[in-house]
Amino acid sequence: MSSTSLAQPLPTGLGNKKFIIGGLLILAAVVYLIITSTAAGAQFFFTIDELNERGSEAVGKPARVAGAVLGDTIEYDPATLTLTFTMVHMPADTRLINDDGGLAKALNQAVNDPTRTRLQVQYIGVKPDLLAHEVEAIVAGKLGEDGVFYADENGLLLRCPTRYEEALPGQAGDY
Amino acid sequence: MIADFGFFALLMAFLLALYACAAAAFGSWSGQQRWVSSARSATILSFPLLTLACGSLVYSLANLDFHLQYVTQVTSHSMPMYLRVTALWGGQAGSLLFWAWLMAAFTFAVMLREWRRDRDLEPWVIIVTAGTLAFFLALILFFENPFLRYWQGVTGTVWAALWQPAGAQPYIPMDGNGLNPLLRHPGMIIHPPMLYIGFVAFVVPFAFAIGALVTGRSDDRWIRVTRRWTLVAWLFLSLGLILGSRWAYDVLGWGGYWGWDPVEIAAFMPWLTGTAFLHSVMIQEKRGMFKHWNMLLIILTYCLVIFGTFLTRSGVLSSVHAFAQSAIGPMFFGFIAVTFAVSLALLNKRWATLKSEVEMTSLLSREALFLVNNLLFMGILVICFWGVVFPIVSEASGGIGRAIPALAHIFTGQRATVGPIFYESATGPLWAALLLLMGIAPLSAWRASTARTLGRAMWKPFIISLLALAALLAGGMRQPLALLALWICAFVFLVTAYEFLRGARARTSRGETPLQAFWRLVARNRRRYGGYIIHIGVILIAVGIIGIELFQQETQGSLAVGERMHLGSYSIEYESLAEFETPDGRLVDRAVVNVFKDGQPLTQLYPRRDFYYESQQAMTIPGLRSTLEDDVYILLVDWEPVSASSATFKMYVNPLVNWIWLGGFVFIFGTLVASWPDAELQPARSRARVRGTAERA
Repeated sequence: MSSTSLAQPLPTGLGNKKFIIGGLLILAAVVYLIITSTAAGAQFFFTIDELNERGSEAVGKPARVAGAVLGDTIEYDPATLTLTFTMVHMPADTRLINDDGGLAKALNQAVNDPTRTRLQVQYIGVKPDLLAHEVEAIVAGKLGEDGVFYADENGLLLRCPTRYEEALPGQAGDY
Repeated sequence: MIADFGFFALLMAFLLALYACAAAAFGSWSGQQRWVSSARSATILSFPLLTLACGSLVYSLANLDFHLQYVTQVTSHSMPMYLRVTALWGGQAGSLLFWAWLMAAFTFAVMLREWRRDRDLEPWVIIVTAGTLAFFLALILFFENPFLRYWQGVTGTVWAALWQPAGAQPYIPMDGNGLNPLLRHPGMIIHPPMLYIGFVAFVVPFAFAIGALVTGRSDDRWIRVTRRWTLVAWLFLSLGLILGSRWAYDVLGWGGYWGWDPVEIAAFMPWLTGTAFLHSVMIQEKRGMFKHWNMLLIILTYCLVIFGTFLTRSGVLSSVHAFAQSAIGPMFFGFIAVTFAVSLALLNKRWATLKSEVEMTSLLSREALFLVNNLLFMGILVICFWGVVFPIVSEASGGIGRAIPALAHIFTGQRATVGPIFYESATGPLWAALLLLMGIAPLSAWRASTARTLGRAMWKPFIISLLALAALLAGGMRQPLALLALWICAFVFLVTAYEFLRGARARTSRGETPLQAFWRLVARNRRRYGGYIIHIGVILIAVGIIGIELFQQETQGSLAVGERMHLGSYSIEYESLAEFETPDGRLVDRAVVNVFKDGQPLTQLYPRRDFYYESQQAMTIPGLRSTLEDDVYILLVDWEPVSASSATFKMYVNPLVNWIWLGGFVFIFGTLVASWPDAELQPARSRARVRGTAERA
């Protein structure tokens, strides 16, 4: 983008060329860095259903999976810092979720629907403070051959939408 | 009652902002200055009005008027007064109002300046600032109103509305939800205002730039008028970013300070273009070049400021910063699209009049190196932008992958995201190049420089920097990346220090004492030497980043009382754990850990876990021992209930991380020096001097 503004004021001839070549070199370097780094760092988003459909094809590839956490399944061994829990499939489209009554409702439906696909997750590290029943977990990691999803270090992100903005405090005073 | 008052003040401010836009446009079109003056008065008035609106919300927050939905969302009885007040920016609606108030404050200050020399720019500055303000006020009024109140209908349902609906009774909760515990940290209390001030202050140079475009002024008047505004904006944005990092380090409990979270990047992108802008305006001032480029940079910065606010406020991205999903996303998107398109159209219209006054001749001249600096900043911006939009791009661009098989593994059509690895590996080389350039560019001359003249100016620092490299090798460091990065830091530091030395030496030879010489050198060229001080701050920050990124060590384990765990030259011993409640509604579990270095007792640390009853949320606060050499950072992960006979800890040793904060102070100090009012340098004279000779300015 800069090479156009640069090209304007410059005279034609050798002087012009060397600046354009210099600019193009930087541009090429940036493009190269973006492509190689994207290839190395991209993590594909899957819903639990999508991951399930892919089966063995998905094993071992970097992925990011979102789902609703089942509170009963959370187990934590502090000695080895091994955290395991089960996630339930939920739709990925935020717009659909919003149209359908918001994230809180989607989470609630997910955890109360026994027919939905489930995924067992293992995470080694500090148990996140937000991990609880009916929150949305987004785990980054790889699916193992045993069907367990192994999350990366710092690869567990949690979202509980209802807590601050939407929740109405239960207790009400008489006016 | 107070809320009604605040709402009306807000509504008035909105109407006045709309009026100001219309009156300024009419005044400019019809050539009647009195309409412009009236618009100016209206703009000025929006500040006291929004002060009233903010004041009434703060009053409601401080007095815990839970009838107001916003107050219920962000405060509670157990919160101390200062947190109730700062809850103004603890939630969506309040923080938008706070943003608008800051915007109005800056507009107020701009409007009170002396306009005589810039009458032609005045209406357009009013239109841009009041227009931006009106947009935000519209969002607050129609989508995120902090003055909504709870009402209960006959059937028992409760909803929030501005006015009492027919048949409904006021509903007043007993207690509020309380501020998100993560936000109850001094860093988090100051971080948002700093960032917002940085954001809104960038609107001022943008407004003048648009004024210059509309009126067809091709000189650098708009840059000169707004130079200090830009520096102030940049200062606060930098401060906001540094404070945010510090908060993450202290509160988020993952041993880091920057996670390439999309919202962090959202605040970082305007900083990148702003930094490029700060550098390239110097070229326009000195040489009359880069006029298109500067316009483009300030337009981009403005749009990125709005985009940044949008990313943080709309909850479009899931991150630690995201508030609840909100309807304001499309509004922001539309506003950015319109302003960007209009600005570019204006720039296109004035393209011919903004031609450079001179041509660039030498690849090693100061202006050419500044251009490289700008391109590198833009490269980093493109990488960041790519990373932020990649989830959307990757899903929509499966066609590219099918068309070009070589790129098929990137454009798969499956929604994907990129993490820290992407940003680090893509921006790393560009940062290194920028750092190196920071050492070379200040030594180059305007117009023309040769490798020989550059070499003459830097061979001494270069030799000494090789000694520093040798010292690192002798000290046992073998990592090529770290050696290269630290060598660049040493070299650039030495070059910069040498510049100070040379300048001061020229003065001492005229009989000044060294201290006098140094003081006057900086005082007489605040902008230049302030810039050098900023560069030294950047080097210190870079050293800190290299330290933690390349040499961070971590371990974790479960310890019985009296048991030890080792990491590097440190070891920690679990002594005891206590559980107690605090008056502000927390259950605190606090461990006592003895820290040893090389087997010798060093200190005692208290990593803890705070559980907030109201929000049912826990926070992990590290035990931290910080020195310039390294930080010992211990997290309490888990413990045996009741007996507390064993507990699990995660331990990090973060070398040099303190240099980041130290560098931050130097950086801020340098910015203050550079932006300090300085009446000495007359603009016309400085340009003439540069043109006349090829000497370094």
